[in-house]
Amino acid sequence: MTAPLLRVEHLAVSFGELRVLEDVDLAVPKGQAVGIVGPNGAGKSTLLSAVSGVERASAGTVRLAGRDVTRVSAAERCRLGIGRSFQIPRPFVDLTVFENALVGAERGAGLRGGHARELALRSLEVTGLLPLANKSAGALPLLARKRLELARALATAPEVLLLDEIAGGLTEGEAEELVATVLSLKESGLTILWIEHVVKALVQVVDRLVCLASGRIRADGDPHEVLAGAEVAEVYLGGAAA
Amino acid sequence: MTAQTVPGTEATALPAVHRSRRATVLGLTGTAAVLLAMAALPYLVDSGVTGQLVKLCYLVALASMWNLLTGYAGMMSMGQQAFIGLGAYLLFVVNDHGVNVYAGTLVVSALVALLAWPLSYLAFRLRGGYFAVGTWVIAEVVRLIVVRFDSLGAASGRSLSDVTADPVLRRAFTYWLALAVMAAAVLGTYAMLRSRLGLGLQAIRDDDTAAGSLGVDVTRGKRTVYIAAAAGCAAAGAVICVNSLGVASPTQIFGVQYSALMVFMVIIGGIGTVEGPVIGALAYFLLDKYFAQSGVWYLVVVGAVAIAVSLYLPRGLWGTFAQRTGWAVFPVRHTVGR
Ligand SMILES: Nc1ncnc2c1ncn2[C@@H]1O[C@H](COP(=O)(O)OP(=O)(O)O)[C@@H](O)[C@H]1O
Ligand SMILES: [Mg+2]
Repeated sequence: MTAPLLRVEHLAVSFGELRVLEDVDLAVPKGQAVGIVGPNGAGKSTLLSAVSGVERASAGTVRLAGRDVTRVSAAERCRLGIGRSFQIPRPFVDLTVFENALVGAERGAGLRGGHARELALRSLEVTGLLPLANKSAGALPLLARKRLELARALATAPEVLLLDEIAGGLTEGEAEELVATVLSLKESGLTILWIEHVVKALVQVVDRLVCLASGRIRADGDPHEVLAGAEVAEVYLGGAAA
Repeated sequence: MTAQTVPGTEATALPAVHRSRRATVLGLTGTAAVLLAMAALPYLVDSGVTGQLVKLCYLVALASMWNLLTGYAGMMSMGQQAFIGLGAYLLFVVNDHGVNVYAGTLVVSALVALLAWPLSYLAFRLRGGYFAVGTWVIAEVVRLIVVRFDSLGAASGRSLSDVTADPVLRRAFTYWLALAVMAAAVLGTYAMLRSRLGLGLQAIRDDDTAAGSLGVDVTRGKRTVYIAAAAGCAAAGAVICVNSLGVASPTQIFGVQYSALMVFMVIIGGIGTVEGPVIGALAYFLLDKYFAQSGVWYLVVVGAVAIAVSLYLPRGLWGTFAQRTGWAVFPVRHTVGR
């Protein structure tokens, strides 16, 4: 067996006294799409941040293609092939939509000139943002900002794509389009970690589902089995009761 | 490997990307014309006029440097006077070693760039308001170190030892030096913004976490800007020194009033644009010229202008104008299609 493309071992993240992730283990082979579910505050976004280098691990390791990147900066991890979106969009508000994507293509993918521009345009095309290319990113409504998150991440030419709640607020039709887009990304060989509350969209794409609660992995396996399992029911009922 | 593509895209034709070539050529031609006309002034007008323009030139350079730091790299410095003072004082050192003050200005900005590099490691340990205060403290410390040297005039300032003897030539040379420093500051900023680094800097300004996650080396970008701005302020400091044939007092050249001035000019003109600091420096220059004699009223007018602009034109004079008209002398935008 080849080593998994992404491997997280005994990962812990703390904010001061608050332990947000504890002893998280996750190994993702190349080309797999993993869904992540769990109640609000479970630590899902923090897990993506620890993988992408935005948050530091207080314990444990993150490996990309066998290489330990736990102490590597977010920028370097991006250049090594980890692309991410932010749950609360963080556009470069005084740049245009195109320039937002161009940052990823030039710096993340390391391309220059026409190659960078082409990749930036392609990533806008896939996400349907091409008609808004010249708009100031600060002027975009929330849904377009979320699409820009995906576009920018794609423009970095990632091997591992980390998505954080990009389907919320979409209409049925828009959600189907998004599913088709992510499916085609997966079919092209991208490895995907996708946090999503819209489980219906998620299960159409992912090969595997992880349920996170209170900073620990509670279930991990076939999406339908995980969803039907006792852990998920308990976690969500517990969450609802709280 | 050939060009990267996004998976899932067909090979459809993509729109072209422009960077307003005509506006760029027009802007640079216009700028060259203005600079040439300004360069000819010593042949055309009284040296009193060029003498005043020296001040305008170094004000533009200072404002451009503070805009680069704060408007593009998001570093709110209140301590650029460290480099202004170092520029002036190091000019004494190189001048004492036989380098003329004009070439010396170049040497001095290179030396200060070298000094700014280790200093950045100190300054970058601080964020936001702490960075502002920290840079101010660094400037005070630099001043305290400089005044320990008797050869530099200790606490009482000193004059340059070797300057152009002929006063007419000297005034013309000083003016051309100031003009060159201004041109380098403005055009250097513009060149930086048009480069790959520039796009990264604008990303850092808007959101440094997101910039990092997209592959922008945030610390390296900021350090490059910090060093460039230090070199630019040192050159301005050297101009100030040459213009007054020395330094009247270390407290003045290392004074925080330079930072206050830079904030004023950049906010009035429009932060985060190349043109804004030029307009802001011009506005301050005119206010200073016509109201400086009016004592307290001078400060009242300057304060009133600052309040009025920040209330009614939060993007500053140029920023507001550019937003309404879409004009740019120094365009940096990419345009897709058409
Ligand atoms: N930067 C931070 N500082 C302090 N606490 C944080 C920070 N980010 C997240 N948290 C806390 O960590 C917990 C997990 O947050 P998060 O990973 O965003 O959860 P999820 O994405 O699963 O909803 C929450 O209790 C949240 O308040
Ligand atoms: Mg979250």
